[in-house]
Amino acid sequence: MKLAIIDYGSGNLRSAQKAFERAAYEAGLAATIELTDKPEIVAEADRVVLPGVGAFSDCMRGLTELPGMIEALNDVVHKKGQPFLGICVGMQLMATRGLEHGTQQGLNWIEGDVVAIEPSDPALKVPHMGWNELVFDGGGTVHPLLRNLGADHAYFVHSYHFVPTNPDDVIAHVDYGQQLTAAVARDNMLGTQFHPEKSQTLGLALIANFLKWMP
Amino acid sequence: MLKSRLIPCLDVKDGRVVKGVNFEGLRDAGDPVACAKAYDLAGADELCFLDITASHEERAIIFDVVRETAEHCFMPLTVGGGVRTIEDVRKLLLAGADKVSINTTAVKNPDFVREASEKFGSQCIVVAIDAKTVSPGKWEIFTHGGREPTGIDAVEFAQKVVALGAGEILLTSMDRDGTRAGFNLPLTRAVSDAVTVPVIASGGVGELDHLVAGVTEGHASAVLAASIFHFGEHTIAQAKQHMIDAGIPMRL
Repeated sequence: MKLAIIDYGSGNLRSAQKAFERAAYEAGLAATIELTDKPEIVAEADRVVLPGVGAFSDCMRGLTELPGMIEALNDVVHKKGQPFLGICVGMQLMATRGLEHGTQQGLNWIEGDVVAIEPSDPALKVPHMGWNELVFDGGGTVHPLLRNLGADHAYFVHSYHFVPTNPDDVIAHVDYGQQLTAAVARDNMLGTQFHPEKSQTLGLALIANFLKWMP
Repeated sequence: MLKSRLIPCLDVKDGRVVKGVNFEGLRDAGDPVACAKAYDLAGADELCFLDITASHEERAIIFDVVRETAEHCFMPLTVGGGVRTIEDVRKLLLAGADKVSINTTAVKNPDFVREASEKFGSQCIVVAIDAKTVSPGKWEIFTHGGREPTGIDAVEFAQKVVALGAGEILLTSMDRDGTRAGFNLPLTRAVSDAVTVPVIASGGVGELDHLVAGVTEGHASAVLAASIFHFGEHTIAQAKQHMIDAGIPMRL
């Protein structure tokens, strides 16, 4: 299996790469995990991961500035139907719009907006930073990405959150004075607001689930 | 719900842990990567490296330490100490730090906080504030390990750096650091209540009740300690259980 992690200048991806390698090794899967900024490698990958830290607009710009990358993503995700995972801002980019520093267009793969977290309780800090307990949505059917994680807390750090238009796209949320989207899924596309590569055992288990996932 | 965080901090000098960590089964207590792995296994919520290397030539070692830690520990890592330039921040993030803590440079040049957070995002910029009580209800920032007064009010400075883009405050009570007498709770509370971002309480933890007080009375989002864990007096699990027993939501 060839997995491509898209490197578009958004933070350090080495620990993400190592986490995917570790999860593949522990699950007994033969996988090549490649950090890449080349659209041709992304287009040929069996699985694609889009990470992202910082501001929505910076990340969208970084992705747009790689010639051919968005076309390659559309090709591999929509035409070929390969499994896709967006992480943190990488997940937010799947939205229609980001409302951070003005309105930015996203990839519009899952309709909805990325909006500021505005807790009514002043004791709740922003960024939403730390370990929060995942609550699974989907009416009793846990998505394959979230099965047998062996732990229930994931590591978050974000000031904006994704509100999909269709609530059915949300497969897990957390409570933080309001419900914040923790994970989304539609067809072959997945996204986590939290960082699996920083979420210790839960994170590695989730990555293994993604590697084994046959949508 | 979001849990309070427990963060062990390792002081690293010339690539070695100062005040070695006393873990059962840990062969080299001076190896920061081995210590980090032990804390990862023990269930620490985050890790913090404070680089106290003095000589300029040896300062590059911390990048290797961070790089190796990030390849083995899949948990959040904050690195601070001697961060002076945007290039320092960039190099630490590229080595694998998730957050970089800025101390003296933020005091000397607050605009550096804005520059760093605009470049890398607020989520990875921590401002470390070292403060002492100067009169009741008044706390002043000190630099150079608590020796140099600055005349700057700690609460006002915290609000200022948050407005400039700091995503978190690491607040050390300098009049408590090393005393084992507990956090400076009025200071911790004043800063936590004054800012919208999370505050990590640091300095003075000598027993597990101090961790509890940091959250319940200090209103901190996270508590940081060094020696009570390093010397094997308490495990991370014991500390978390103690905090849970006191009614604080923690991740076990």
